[in-house]
Amino acid sequence: MPLKFEKILILGSGALKIGEAGEFDYSGSQAVKALKDSGIKTVLVNPNIATIQTSDDLADEVYLLPVSPYFVEQVIQKEKPDGIFLGFGGQTALNCGLTLDETGVFEKYNVHVLGTPIQAIRETEDRDLFVRKLAEIGVRVPKSIAATAVGDAIRAAHQIGYPVMLRSAYALGGLGSGLCTNDDSLQERASRSLAHSPQVLIEEYLTGWKEIEYEVVRDRFDNCVTVCNMENFDPMGIHTGESIVVAPSQTLSNSEYHRLRSIAIKVVRHLRVVGECNIQFAVHPCS
Amino acid sequence: MNQEGRLVLEDGYTLEGRVFGFSKAVSGEVVFNTGMVGYPEALTDPSYQGQILVLTYPLVGNYGVPAMERSDELNQEFESDRIQVSGLVVSDLSLQYHHWKARRSLDQWLFEAGIIGLSGVDTRALTKHLRNHGSLLGKIVFDDVDVEFCDPNREDVVRQVTVAEPVLYPAGTPRIVLVDCGCKRSILRNLLDRGATVLRVPYDYDFEGADFDGVLISNGPGDPKMCSTTIAHTRILMQRRVPLLGICLGAQVLALAAGANTYKLKFGHRGQNQPCVEVGTERCYVTSQNHGYAVEVETLPAGWQAWFVNANDGTNEGIRHCSLPFKGVQFHPEAAPGPVDTNFIFDDFLRMVHAS
Repeated sequence: MPLKFEKILILGSGALKIGEAGEFDYSGSQAVKALKDSGIKTVLVNPNIATIQTSDDLADEVYLLPVSPYFVEQVIQKEKPDGIFLGFGGQTALNCGLTLDETGVFEKYNVHVLGTPIQAIRETEDRDLFVRKLAEIGVRVPKSIAATAVGDAIRAAHQIGYPVMLRSAYALGGLGSGLCTNDDSLQERASRSLAHSPQVLIEEYLTGWKEIEYEVVRDRFDNCVTVCNMENFDPMGIHTGESIVVAPSQTLSNSEYHRLRSIAIKVVRHLRVVGECNIQFAVHPCS
Repeated sequence: MNQEGRLVLEDGYTLEGRVFGFSKAVSGEVVFNTGMVGYPEALTDPSYQGQILVLTYPLVGNYGVPAMERSDELNQEFESDRIQVSGLVVSDLSLQYHHWKARRSLDQWLFEAGIIGLSGVDTRALTKHLRNHGSLLGKIVFDDVDVEFCDPNREDVVRQVTVAEPVLYPAGTPRIVLVDCGCKRSILRNLLDRGATVLRVPYDYDFEGADFDGVLISNGPGDPKMCSTTIAHTRILMQRRVPLLGICLGAQVLALAAGANTYKLKFGHRGQNQPCVEVGTERCYVTSQNHGYAVEVETLPAGWQAWFVNANDGTNEGIRHCSLPFKGVQFHPEAAPGPVDTNFIFDDFLRMVHAS
């Protein structure tokens, strides 16, 4: 990897919708500013004209194009950046980056993925890999079985016991996920999810548990800070998007707060995340 | 609960609030802590002896107070067997608490312990005042009840919090003498968790006839220069080349014993997010701190060096000897309350003891 980069491509924040990161316009803009301060040319791909980061005084080049492998490859071909940021455009940008890596585009044009390594993105996006990765450092996750067919999903549910949570892998903000209480509802939901996702996860249902999040930032020297933690107003079972979140947590004691903080940092270090990362915990309310 | 009260500082600055806990006018040094959690730990930290504690986090008491069993000395939620602060000042007191371990409210706990609290205070304005003017003496008073200002830093406050007689906590090796200058239980817990046998001794213990492998000088309240006996004994330990670790006040005692100087910080470091850079590296640790004094690093004699530096204000946060097994940290590796990122200091200490 070169020590000094000339030109960096940033996959932008996109729309204000689940799976894109319109609300992270700010962080992308800060990234552009930071790169400019370091004398690096910036190229931005962002279809949303109504963002700050697409203003003409920020990035050197702005492409008002969808963040999709097809368009991003065209931009790479034309601009020939030597580095790319995948972490400022939500799930869409991450998925786009994974595809471009798999199809060899980054290698072909000699583009270096900066920040969190591509392997770490894959490990966090593939839920099965993620569960295994966490097991390596003794971090417990809800019982979870990956399935690629409806029959496998039902067998998994019987193994865990109803009710179960169905989640789609690589899903945009939890799209297609939901509670299943019996074979019928699982059959319906699983077939719907498998129509647009290659894999679903059948998970232990933790309704009523406290829902806590940590925002962790790690640098390449392995320094870690937790910017804040948050507690959801409603417990597990109610989607965060339909709830209220309070920062910092309000009902955690010191030992709970810092135990979760330590686990969050341990996970981020183990996954070799460089940059910002959000980690969510389910905390049993009585132990 | 609705009784009006006042926090009066020595420069005349006065803030009004409502009295909670136990109605008893008190005086002390007014200090602020920026931590967001951990009031049961903070209030029982002996380093706060003689101080009126202001919590800058605005909503205090949310998760109540757990049961305090006297028999269970190593109880995780408390750092000693009683509340150590003279008084507590908060912005918004949470009367309704929610936590599975909670047995009573913060208000009830203070009442039962005979400690006064003042709520409804603009702690932000108060903290700004303390930051601008430096630490000040103050008092919490109400109605016609008044008290005199008193300065805990002019007294031998360590005497009030040290253990009366040596206590042995038998376990494996090594054998560590823990000099209790107002030791937090978490320090003891951290040593015992690592299998060490601990002899916890009063601050003026003279080490005559004791059999041990290393010495840890604990945290504690007040001006380190008041601990002249502890400093003199530490000097003897250094001559004997006994492995030493000082934590907070203990680090200051170590520095004074080595011949360096300590001074009072303008308003101290009290919180859970103090960044400390390890000298000579790019590593920065988020630490828990509670100190009003610091080591004047320029006065460190030859053979000593700075170990940690505060990334906020550049003050010293740790010292070590270049060749002998003497180290001191100004922050709290045992955390409680706070992040446990520097817990490795205990491993480092025990390794140092094994190596010697």
